[in-house]
Amino acid sequence: MFNPQQIHQAIQQKQQDLNSFKILISPEAQDYLEEMAKKSQNLTRRRFGNNISLYVPLYISNYCINQCQYCGYNLSNKFKRIKLNMEEIAIEAETLKQQGFEHILLLTGEAPSQTGIDYLEQAVKTLKKIVHQVSIEIYPLSQADYERLIAAGCDGITIYQETYNRECYREVHKKGPKQNYDYRYETPFRAAKAGMRSVGLGFLMGLAPWREEITAMVKHAQKVLQANWRVRLGFSFPRLRPHLGNFKPEYPVNEIELAQMVFALRLFFPDAELVLSTREPARIRDGLLSLGITRISAGSSTQPGGYKTNKDQISQFDIDDKRTPSEISQLIRSAGMEPLWKDWDWAFNREEDFS
Amino acid sequence: MYKDKINFQTDIDDNLVINGKTFNSRFFIGTGKFSSPQILRETIFSSKAQIITVAIRRARPDNQVEDPAFAGIDLDKCLVLPNTSGARDAQEAIRLAKLGKALTGHNWVKLEVTPDPANLLPDPIETFKAAQQLIKAGFTVLPYINADPILAKKLEEVGCATVMPLAAPIGTNRGIKTRELLKIIIEQAQVPVVVDAGLGLPSHAAEAMEMGADAILANTALATAGNPPLMANAFALAVQSGRAAWLSGAGKESTRARASSPLTGFLHQD
Repeated sequence: MFNPQQIHQAIQQKQQDLNSFKILISPEAQDYLEEMAKKSQNLTRRRFGNNISLYVPLYISNYCINQCQYCGYNLSNKFKRIKLNMEEIAIEAETLKQQGFEHILLLTGEAPSQTGIDYLEQAVKTLKKIVHQVSIEIYPLSQADYERLIAAGCDGITIYQETYNRECYREVHKKGPKQNYDYRYETPFRAAKAGMRSVGLGFLMGLAPWREEITAMVKHAQKVLQANWRVRLGFSFPRLRPHLGNFKPEYPVNEIELAQMVFALRLFFPDAELVLSTREPARIRDGLLSLGITRISAGSSTQPGGYKTNKDQISQFDIDDKRTPSEISQLIRSAGMEPLWKDWDWAFNREEDFS
Repeated sequence: MYKDKINFQTDIDDNLVINGKTFNSRFFIGTGKFSSPQILRETIFSSKAQIITVAIRRARPDNQVEDPAFAGIDLDKCLVLPNTSGARDAQEAIRLAKLGKALTGHNWVKLEVTPDPANLLPDPIETFKAAQQLIKAGFTVLPYINADPILAKKLEEVGCATVMPLAAPIGTNRGIKTRELLKIIIEQAQVPVVVDAGLGLPSHAAEAMEMGADAILANTALATAGNPPLMANAFALAVQSGRAAWLSGAGKESTRARASSPLTGFLHQD
């Protein structure tokens, strides 16, 4: 149990540590969310200004050889699997570009025989001809494969450990290469060593008690940073949503707890990118926008070809905030901030004669 | 408007000259972090700044309406100075500088190489390498550096047009934390010294100018103020004020003995 004095001190502490973090995520600290929000907002504004970056996920394949109980792409779910060819990927990307996007997050299931490194490399190159920034959220790769994707123009990865609780991890990953906890845990290290600029971490909220999960994630992040001083850190907040197969999370996270996590992470990592996807309802996204979140997706589809080429596929999970990119852009503006569609330039990794 | 009521100017002809180009403002502003192009436009207007830095990575020349960088900058009155922010090494900075040249049509560049994403501290080695190559390629280079007097001299020797040492880590609004080293840089420099990064208040800007800096740059302090245009006005006044104090020669510290020394004055009496 923490008393008000301790909580107040923890919030106002200049540099957070694991002891103060424990206080920030405690049930008692929920009575101090307003104070935490204020501090979180100040830190975010100072570091990121009044800007919100926009990105959009692009699913290019739903083939998967894993059996993750919480996921719609689970091998045991019977539906027609597809993957997009390069032409279709380009059409999807052009559609997104027309909506204003310059940052695409590329996603696949895990099926190396269908979506191996050659295919991924081609996909990154295809996208990079159309938009300025490409990052990936796919199955774990080797350092050498990350190097290939970086050379193709990819500059960030997102990799969720899903759960840091080994027992739970074993339980929800019934089959497939994803059963290897350690290989997944080491993924951000391999990616950073390969030269990935940004590494995003996260855990699926609902699988195990969140206070233990977020503490383990903070420790994970600290290790990644210690080993790779050039890496830009990011965190996502995926709460489990309904999908095909009806997995029911054992430890659901409510909205107050979600907000508490956002504020606590911001206080601990003032420079980290904090990302909120369209999984979350509009009210929560709007509320958290100016309080610590720095990057959001908009108008998302979680099915391959969902933007143009193939609109009736199975989704990985259902999204909640279904507003269009231009509606989201308007919303950001009306919250007194500026949407940042482009925060990167392909000139960073493309030899070209500009003169 | 408030900004029209306060008008403080010296009669002294005191322009800032960088690489042969004359500016009558000693206040640079950065364009990141603003809440809208409209606010940015008003801030530039009330700052009377003539050098406006713009991140090349955010430029959207194909989309002038959404372009947060170039939106509303009066190109007749201001120099848009592209910066290479985001670059982690010399090669990336050089590519961005070339793109900046293609976008702006001139060859001035604010060189930033910041491999550490947390504190955004400048990399002296990569900055130096990039400066050398860019100058060879005909660029006018204004490098963002740590407050390192030797590095400043070396950059000057290879032909940089200014040096831009930081007062504190960027975005921190903490004021002049590198005072002793800045003093040495200012004392030794043969090119203009622009104090960049970390200035959070007009008083910090005034202090830098009182120390003899030739100009200052501010961004976060303006963009995150409740009223950015008003804050820009406050900074502009502080820059003028600090400059006037420097020109007046007031309060300069000296290491030499003075005749008015109360303790040893008897030695000079008849």
